[in-house]
Amino acid sequence: MSVSRRKFLGWLGAAGAGVISGGTAKAASNKHFKGYPDSMGVLHDTTLCVGCRSCEAACNKVNALPAPKQDFTDTTVLERKRRTDSSAFTVVNRFKQSESDKQPVFVKKQCNHCLEPACASVCFVGAFKKSPEGAVTYDESVCVGCRYCMIACPFEIPAYEYDKALTPRVVKCTMCHPRVLEGKLPGCVEECPTEALLFGERNKLIKAARKRIARFPERYVDHIYGENEMGGTSWLYLSARSYEQIGMREDLGVTPAPKFTEGILSAVPIVAGLWPVLLTGIYAVSKRKDKVAQEEQSQAVAEAVTQAESQAEVKLKKALVLAKKEKEMAVKKEARKALEKAAKAQKAAEKKAQEEATEK
Amino acid sequence: MEFYTLQEFLTYTKGIAYLLIAAILVSVTGFWLFLTDRDED
Amino acid sequence: MSDEAVLNTKPITPPAQSLYTPFNVIAGIILIVGFIITIRRFTGGLDAVTNLNDNYPWGIWIGFDLLAGVALAAGGFVTSAAVYIFGMKRYHSAVRPAILTGFLGYALVVIALHYDVGRPWRLPYPFIAQQGTTSILFEVAACVALYLTVLFIEFSPAAMEWLGLRRARNIVVKLTMLLTIFGVILSTLHQSSLGAMFLMAPSKLHPLWYSSYLPVYFFISSIIAGLSMVIFESSLSHRYFAHKMDEAHLNEKEGIAFGFAKAAALVLFGYFAIKVVGIAMDNNWHYLTTSYGTWFLVEMLGFVALPCFLYAVGAREKNLNLIKWTSALTVFGIVLNRLNICLIAYNYHLPADEKYVPHWMEIAISLFIVTLGVVAFRFIVTRMPILYAHPDYQDEH
Ligand code: SF4
Ligand code: SF4
Ligand code: SF4
Repeated sequence: MSVSRRKFLGWLGAAGAGVISGGTAKAASNKHFKGYPDSMGVLHDTTLCVGCRSCEAACNKVNALPAPKQDFTDTTVLERKRRTDSSAFTVVNRFKQSESDKQPVFVKKQCNHCLEPACASVCFVGAFKKSPEGAVTYDESVCVGCRYCMIACPFEIPAYEYDKALTPRVVKCTMCHPRVLEGKLPGCVEECPTEALLFGERNKLIKAARKRIARFPERYVDHIYGENEMGGTSWLYLSARSYEQIGMREDLGVTPAPKFTEGILSAVPIVAGLWPVLLTGIYAVSKRKDKVAQEEQSQAVAEAVTQAESQAEVKLKKALVLAKKEKEMAVKKEARKALEKAAKAQKAAEKKAQEEATEK
Repeated sequence: MEFYTLQEFLTYTKGIAYLLIAAILVSVTGFWLFLTDRDED
Repeated sequence: MSDEAVLNTKPITPPAQSLYTPFNVIAGIILIVGFIITIRRFTGGLDAVTNLNDNYPWGIWIGFDLLAGVALAAGGFVTSAAVYIFGMKRYHSAVRPAILTGFLGYALVVIALHYDVGRPWRLPYPFIAQQGTTSILFEVAACVALYLTVLFIEFSPAAMEWLGLRRARNIVVKLTMLLTIFGVILSTLHQSSLGAMFLMAPSKLHPLWYSSYLPVYFFISSIIAGLSMVIFESSLSHRYFAHKMDEAHLNEKEGIAFGFAKAAALVLFGYFAIKVVGIAMDNNWHYLTTSYGTWFLVEMLGFVALPCFLYAVGAREKNLNLIKWTSALTVFGIVLNRLNICLIAYNYHLPADEKYVPHWMEIAISLFIVTLGVVAFRFIVTRMPILYAHPDYQDEH
């Protein structure tokens, strides 16, 4: 996967969905870091390793680790595959191609002291540091014990002192940093009887390894493990068999670990910068909508009121007119009645007069 | 300042980013108040 | 408001009843067992109570208590954003219960972390001792710490109304908008970052679950979890605390369930879509036929597609019961997703016998912490104005 896409996606990630304009998640994308100049490393030529476990013993001694359950001269521990744990910074494993394999391969395993360590990238108190000398050191005095470093390490190296209640530590190979500062060799390298371990400047070790491959092309696979894995490691390996066969993952890729989360980390300040704008914007819009709705409502009410009022007026007028008409009608009626009465009375009077007249 | 590793570089730049975030969040609050305190509603 | 409702909201003295209700007995047992294991944990170390090992430094205390816990506590930010930012006032009565659930959820997450990390008293170290600014966990820690504070302040008016601190309460209520916006920012950041933590382990997390979209997945699914938890929690509250609810709550309850179900269905649809996109982007189709692929399909079809459909049906047909059960299914699905990423699909390359299986005491502690939450929730809703508006402050909404 290309870095730029990963970054872009990470960016998109924190943004949740939208608001994308190119180039914002640029951080360091066009910078290249070459690591500390002249930093040291170790070349482990697995073709020379005889599986004597001297390095394990030496490591145990120089780091004052607890005595092992089985003595270091006991090679039956090689029967099963081991990993580093809280009492062993390094382990040697044996790999057979088949049960009857007469030439098993031995591989020493310890922290590879990555150039861009995953463990350092994920530690939220920055307990791990890549030193200029090459070692990735661990500072016990700040470690909280979240064990994210163990989750992140692609080589499955850091171990934890689960049995300690109050002072549990993460443990891993120190590349004998204190000894190296004193000008000594790492314990394991010093004790190795066959020169399967070679300590020196990483750049020079790579050159030496290339030379060995060139001189004995039939002996080595053409790959220096650690030259580019996870952005490169201070420990380097040579092998006669594919690395997958000797228990080392070949699918790790060459991306330095901090790159995995660089994009999403760049997105954090962007979210912090734009979310307030977006959210107050939405808030303002919804408030405005409310207000408009409210205004519309009150307007509608007002209209309804005036309408009602005017309607009432019309009614009133009509009523008045009606009343007037009625009144007039009533008056007319009365008048008619009166007239009729008068007429009747007249008639009656006339009749009477007539009768009187006839009587006379 | 010279950085030899990406890790060093990121530690430095992300450290600044976090300070910026704090500054942004505080200042945007203030700015919003400045922007709206003369609104009638 | 009618007289009836006011009567409903009178401070209620707990009815005199036996202490030995089934709830109290079960909760009591869990709390006692949890307490004993707690002592073991802090005197004997992690080894004494967990099955954690060097290959599995994170167990269910991270997978369930932290990852699932934080996702399920998203109801607070989702609801307050809907009501205060998007102006959906008709859901107002859902805000306080959601904030309370969120606050308790985050508080429990922080408690759980004290069990999990090796030296819990150093938890403030990322801020006071040395800042590991390149760590996603640093960001998560900062956001969770800040958001817990925000939730506490958002929740505090209920407590202040209960205690009669009118002035303080009014000041905090004025901050509602600010707190809501902060809450959304912080939630966006840490919900997505919990997923981003696993970006660091491309070689250990199974490709079907590993994706550079992980932060988006976690953020979107936290919204789903938040919506579902609000529905789920409100149906439980309605069952057990109906006598605490005022008219507004009772009236709005159905509308909230239908509205949230509709929203959840829609978000689930989008979530399913981007999960498929993720497979396409990394060209992981061929893994679908492996056994991990089957498991992945179970998660995707049974706990994403199915709830999406069921929510939609429930919202269309106004079927409250269906919605209730779907919310439980969805919540379970989110928990499953977090466990898949943290435990089941993690270290997929290791042989089966090296896989981590939680120790029963780990499960007991997780149960203990959930129980603490339920007890605290019950304590608070039976006393503070959560499910009803306090009579003195009724007209302010
Ligand atoms: S091998 Fe693992 S522990 Fe060692 S430096 Fe690399 S990431 Fe860190
Ligand atoms: S366990 Fe310690 S060293 Fe490892 S990431 Fe956590 S704080 Fe850092
Ligand atoms: S370099 Fe030192 S600490 Fe590392 S394996 Fe060798 S002896 Fe042990």
